[in-house]
Amino acid sequence: MRALIALLCGTLFGAGLAVSGMTDPMRVRAFLDLLGPWDPTLAFVMAGAIVPMAMAWRVQSRMARPFAAKTFNLPDTGRIDRRLAIGSILFGVGWGIAGLCPGPAVANLALAPAAAAPFLLAMLAGMALHRLTSR
Amino acid sequence: MIPALSHAQPLAGFIGGLMIGLAAAVMLLALGRIAGVSGLAARALKLSDAGPPWAEATAFVLGLPLGAWLLAATAEVAPAHFPTTPLLLVAGLIVGYGTRLGSGCTSGHGVCGLSRLSRRSLVATALFMASGFATVAAMRLTGTL
Repeated sequence: MRALIALLCGTLFGAGLAVSGMTDPMRVRAFLDLLGPWDPTLAFVMAGAIVPMAMAWRVQSRMARPFAAKTFNLPDTGRIDRRLAIGSILFGVGWGIAGLCPGPAVANLALAPAAAAPFLLAMLAGMALHRLTSR
Repeated sequence: MIPALSHAQPLAGFIGGLMIGLAAAVMLLALGRIAGVSGLAARALKLSDAGPPWAEATAFVLGLPLGAWLLAATAEVAPAHFPTTPLLLVAGLIVGYGTRLGSGCTSGHGVCGLSRLSRRSLVATALFMASGFATVAAMRLTGTL
């Protein structure tokens, strides 16, 4: 049941990425391209996503437990350290180079598998490298 | 009109954003989890010990291409334009390492964290946005774009 809910969430998320045009790396990169033909679409996507999510956080604050699981398992909100800063800066560099972040890259397995595959394989290698070096 | 903005799609972007936010809201309220794609992808591939049970992470990750495919089968999706393979490989490696080190990407920190007013996610989002802007500006100035 929980896996089915997760599948439906992923499906809606992936469809949202395609509707918003975020599955096109050049549209994402155009948002980051302040010196070129700037495209603000990504800002509207973020705004649209934050509306239901902000409401969800308000509801969540009054719930003892999730509808379909035993407990909320949520990350820390306050700790700011070097790992967070360096990791985020690095992520932004890769995001800028390709116009791809993990969600659209995975969703593109359905739309442009031959182009998404090298990015995803390298992304997995990067994740594995982090796991190997952080032990 | 400013010609640079003529290809923007604010309405489609906002509607797609609502769908993304709704998906993340259901993950939170039904399963008690953050819909952060980098963390869920790492979990699905057993590259992370944190996060939801494997089956849930894997189901969410498989849903992403399924949703994009369903949409492309029923509506028109703009063709995607990718950079060259060497750039994809370099970018993928940095994105994979960076998102794990920084514990999140555009979905986890950007959508879920910002809407929660998480200080940690606010800092992460400001930094990856700033470095994204700087990277593309550097590419433009060096003629690699």
